[in-house]
Amino acid sequence: MNQLTQFQGLLPMLPEAVLGFGALLMLMAGVFVQQSARSAGIVNGFCVGVLALAGLAIVLMPAGRTSLFEGSFVVDDYARFLKLLALAGSTGTLMLSLNWLTVEKQQKFEYGVLFLLSTLGMFMLISAADLIALYLGLELMSLPLYVVAASNRDNVKSTEAGLKYFVLGALSSGMLLYGASLIYGFTGTISFTGIAKATQAGAGLGLIFGLVFLFVGFCFKISAVPFHMWTPDVYEGAPTPVTAFFAAAPKVAGIAIFVRATVVAFPGITHEWQQIVVFVSIASMVLGAFAAIGQRNIKRLMAYSSIGHMGFALVGLAAGTPEGVQGVLVYMSIYVAMTLGTFAVILSMRRDGVFVENIGDLAGLARTHPTMAFFLAMLLFSLAGIPPLAGFFAKFYVFLAAIKAGLYTLAVIGVLASVVGAYYYLNIVKMMYFDEPVKGFERMPGLLRLVLGVSGLVVMLFFAYPAPILDAATVAAKSLF
Amino acid sequence: MNWPILSVVTFLPLLGALFICFVRGNDNLAKGTARWVAMWTTLVTFAISLVLVWRFDASSAEFQFVEKYPWLGISNYHMGVDGISLPFVILTTGLMPICILASWTSIQKRVKEYMIAFLVLETLMIGTFAALDLVLFYLFFEGGLIPMFLIIGVWGGPRRVYASFKFFLYTLLGSVLMLLAIMAMYWQAQTTDIPTLLRFGFPLELQKWAWLAFFASFAVKMPMWPVHTWLPDAHVEAPTAGSVILAAILLKMGGYGFLRFSLPMFPSASHDFAPLIFTLSVVAIIYTSLVALMQEDVKKLIAYSSVAHMGFVTMGIFAATTQGVAGGIFQMISHGIVSGALFLAVGVVYDRMHTREIAAYGGLVNRMPLYAFVFMVFTLANVGLPGTSGFVGEFLTLIGTFKNNIAVASIATFGVILSAAYALWLYRKMMFGNLKPSLEGIKDIGWREAVIFAPLVILTILFGVAPGPVLDMSAASVAQLLDNYQHAIAAAKTAALIVQ
Repeated sequence: MNQLTQFQGLLPMLPEAVLGFGALLMLMAGVFVQQSARSAGIVNGFCVGVLALAGLAIVLMPAGRTSLFEGSFVVDDYARFLKLLALAGSTGTLMLSLNWLTVEKQQKFEYGVLFLLSTLGMFMLISAADLIALYLGLELMSLPLYVVAASNRDNVKSTEAGLKYFVLGALSSGMLLYGASLIYGFTGTISFTGIAKATQAGAGLGLIFGLVFLFVGFCFKISAVPFHMWTPDVYEGAPTPVTAFFAAAPKVAGIAIFVRATVVAFPGITHEWQQIVVFVSIASMVLGAFAAIGQRNIKRLMAYSSIGHMGFALVGLAAGTPEGVQGVLVYMSIYVAMTLGTFAVILSMRRDGVFVENIGDLAGLARTHPTMAFFLAMLLFSLAGIPPLAGFFAKFYVFLAAIKAGLYTLAVIGVLASVVGAYYYLNIVKMMYFDEPVKGFERMPGLLRLVLGVSGLVVMLFFAYPAPILDAATVAAKSLF
Repeated sequence: MNWPILSVVTFLPLLGALFICFVRGNDNLAKGTARWVAMWTTLVTFAISLVLVWRFDASSAEFQFVEKYPWLGISNYHMGVDGISLPFVILTTGLMPICILASWTSIQKRVKEYMIAFLVLETLMIGTFAALDLVLFYLFFEGGLIPMFLIIGVWGGPRRVYASFKFFLYTLLGSVLMLLAIMAMYWQAQTTDIPTLLRFGFPLELQKWAWLAFFASFAVKMPMWPVHTWLPDAHVEAPTAGSVILAAILLKMGGYGFLRFSLPMFPSASHDFAPLIFTLSVVAIIYTSLVALMQEDVKKLIAYSSVAHMGFVTMGIFAATTQGVAGGIFQMISHGIVSGALFLAVGVVYDRMHTREIAAYGGLVNRMPLYAFVFMVFTLANVGLPGTSGFVGEFLTLIGTFKNNIAVASIATFGVILSAAYALWLYRKMMFGNLKPSLEGIKDIGWREAVIFAPLVILTILFGVAPGPVLDMSAASVAQLLDNYQHAIAAAKTAALIVQ
């Protein structure tokens, strides 16, 4: 009887439990059933199902705030919103992966299992409410990522990407731990609320030092300037569906913990961290916009584009208000949709049995694949932030918050960077629509069509019915304050 | 009867575009269907927009046909027209069928996409003029960039890529600052509802910055000297119908923006910055007229003349007198018809000879008498000859400014002379003189082209002789606008005196 109530107390962790047990089950299945590409493919397919089940568990959970394990694991509206978002990113990219794995003869059951484990790490990270839980979640999320980055193990670039990501990731984890220990040392507590109490009246130099190191770790995970150097190389080297995964899911979890830790644990020293966030945000937006111009490889271009987008998302955090957090959440939702759609196209750039990655390969796509070109064009205009597409609203809400908070310089530099950024997105549209066609791609697989169609429609029709995402983001943002 | 007529007018073209998306079949059939669907959609839209005119109460300065639904939380879907915006809505819906007809044979590649782009553009343009919410306005205003970018880039001339990028980035750069100003206004007033903001009375500091931000956007769109350089490029490279839309409607969004936002929402700033506007306007009028004199490309010449004519508009608007503002509106409508018609006329010979070089033409009157007549009407209207619509607008803006600032009006009057110089020079070069040997076989305008030009010729002369309809339609709204403006200025002056 006593045990039963204990289990009931764990009920808010149901999504994590589904993912954890699902991952183990799939691991067993993968090991014990026949070792073939076909059965591995089936296991990976089932992993999509596990992710969907976890999503169902989140949706069915009762609303309200609960905390577990002495307050180190929090389930609130904010966590639910971001978990669903991270899950959408993982599910979408795993669906995008299935076809790629088959045609590239890379079908291994570990792939899906690692996705599940990494997603589990994201969930832990999103719900983390103290420094230890934060670190555990972060590592659980990152370790599978290092492995999948190198999963194409006969490919030099892929192994290089994995190694590079691992070494730099380990370094950043070390810095984060160092920061965390400094913060613990100067406040005497690891819980976010405890830190908030200790820093109510301001903070000493030692604590600020710790805060900076903590931020270094976060910035590395979301690839914000100046800790972005790994991004282009890893994006280019990793297998394309893994790149899509990097771009969509871990970014959501990284931003989630960045926002939660900053807003919940350090409200007393807003002035101090705001400067850092403003700097990182400006640097990311500007570098993302300018560095992407020269890129010829579309994966590298997406890397710089994601750096820029993280800069825009951080504009909302810089405001440090409920409106700002709401802006970040709206931004990330739309960012995930745009990223998934764009990678669905990148993953169907296959000609004569070989995947191509150059922007020039898209030339004349409007003639050879009009529908695909149209959807990609809309996604690109949306990434550039042109109304009435969703990307405009994403930028609109973060800048709205920044203006309210009086961050005029940040806002002006931000919108100017978005104009510079528009150039390279337009350049791809130009390739597709203005240039003469080269040979067409192979037929787009059904699952990719589905992902592209859904994300394209979300991006195009967001303006017609924005209420669901806006309202959910408002509720989620309120739960942090 | 209480149907949402304004939304129907706005979104009907979008519906037509959607329909064309799903047209299948062999190439020729799809082309034909796309053309006819676009034609009928624009015609029906025009017909419905005439219902707006018919049911519009010109004696009221209030917004009419208002629709309001909750939308973003911070802003609503709020549509409505008054005497200032209705003429532009009609101009848009009226010119669209003409543009479709003008593209009937000259566009042969990717007809379906072309028609879709134009219909989407029509929705966005009507929406810009009918939106009564700042965010909604921005949505329509900026959204128009996407179809226009594609129209110039896909169906344009040899330097289309350069021109389309320049057009897109220039306009975007101007507009993003306006977006930030919109946000600042929202936090000040807690609403983005335009009718509320018109009466809000922003603090002076905010007025100054917001005015500059809006100015950045509208000055590029208008375009005013020195940010006009995208226009000649875009005009030259765009297909004929694209040039028409650009000159006739997209440029008017700038002037409309000044009238709808800058003048009533930031009256003190408008008053303080008026000398800046006057200077830029006068420079535009004189300088771009001189530049037009030197052009070798017909479209470029007309493009520069557009910049000069828009100079009269900004001058009239910021003179803030009844004649100036009414003249500005009239000049914009008239210029919409006349410059649109001139670009169509250039399209006629371009379709036949595939060159826009002035030197390639000469003596056309021998082979194309009807064409020469049509061209003459529009040339004279462009010059501003009494009896044509061009005269009324220029004359009103000049009187309006004269009341305020004699020097500016006097210098601007030279622009009228210069415009006569380049327009008549162009006409002489192209129409008179010896017939060029290469033009021996050129044919006069046919039935389709006659149908295109007939309404434009009639309107040009009709508005020149009887400008009443347009002026009456906007009179009440203009009066209210200026009334509020004068009160705001007076109040600001008193406040300044009290401080002293």
